[in-house]
Amino acid sequence: MKPGHGEVLLAEGDIGLSEDELRLTKEFRRQLDAGLWAAVPVMDGQGRRNAQMVKTFDDVPRDADRVIFFPRAAGGR
Amino acid sequence: MGARRPGHPVLLALAATALVAVALLSEELLPRLEEMWSRHRARRQLVPVMAYDPGRERRAEQRARALLRSCVNEEEWAMYRDLGFIRVWGTQADGPADATGTGGAAYAYLIYPHRAIVAYLAQTHRLLNEYCVAFPDETRPYGSARLPDSDDVLAKWMALTGDEQRLISTANMHLPGRQLDPARVKRDLWRLSQWERARIRDAARNATSTPLDSAG
Repeated sequence: MKPGHGEVLLAEGDIGLSEDELRLTKEFRRQLDAGLWAAVPVMDGQGRRNAQMVKTFDDVPRDADRVIFFPRAAGGR
Repeated sequence: MGARRPGHPVLLALAATALVAVALLSEELLPRLEEMWSRHRARRQLVPVMAYDPGRERRAEQRARALLRSCVNEEEWAMYRDLGFIRVWGTQADGPADATGTGGAAYAYLIYPHRAIVAYLAQTHRLLNEYCVAFPDETRPYGSARLPDSDDVLAKWMALTGDEQRLISTANMHLPGRQLDPARVKRDLWRLSQWERARIRDAARNATSTPLDSAG
């Protein structure tokens, strides 16, 4: 998510391919190092959608179709 | 023999004192002068300003709405589309980070774009707290740190459903009424209940009409 832009595709690939996984891991780390939060939209057992916050690439479910990065929350006015 | 001029030694002494004073003051004054000069230069420097582009902002909002729709539940998306906010149920046993607690009563949050998150008791609609939270992007890629409205709602939704405790502890907590008019929030809760009743009615009507339609 970016101000004035909305959704921006950062990287995509097949997690089953080691080259892609490496690239995705690198991008994941880059975003978290930049201070962003990462979340994966998931569905629970009852079919309700919610989000799972992830802090490492290993936290990302293998079947996740995307990870969304957004600016870290801060106390507002 | 010429007359001696008594003023000379005094002048000399004054000049020496002045020199010493200037030397001592220069240590104090020079940095200030340099700072003033650099401020003056900074003021005159041309800074590229990203002009507000309503077309770009509209396109960003469209993309953000599509992303929000793809992430939240169908009911939540319809709520946002029709009412302008999303309700998220609270999951903490004793309510959000609140000294009084909810005594185990069900509570929820209303998420507005770029407004405080409001916590309330589901049964009585009593407003609990406002949680002021922002998601500033300090890189300001388009001159602003502000996400599109729907991205702000999605960020709050993800943070609340993903880690309610963390978001609530990050936010600045205030009593109801600091940012949002409590009367307006109460009215939104009434609108929400009317909206839900209408959806239930529609769902019931569709459920009963479908067999007849298919039979007819």
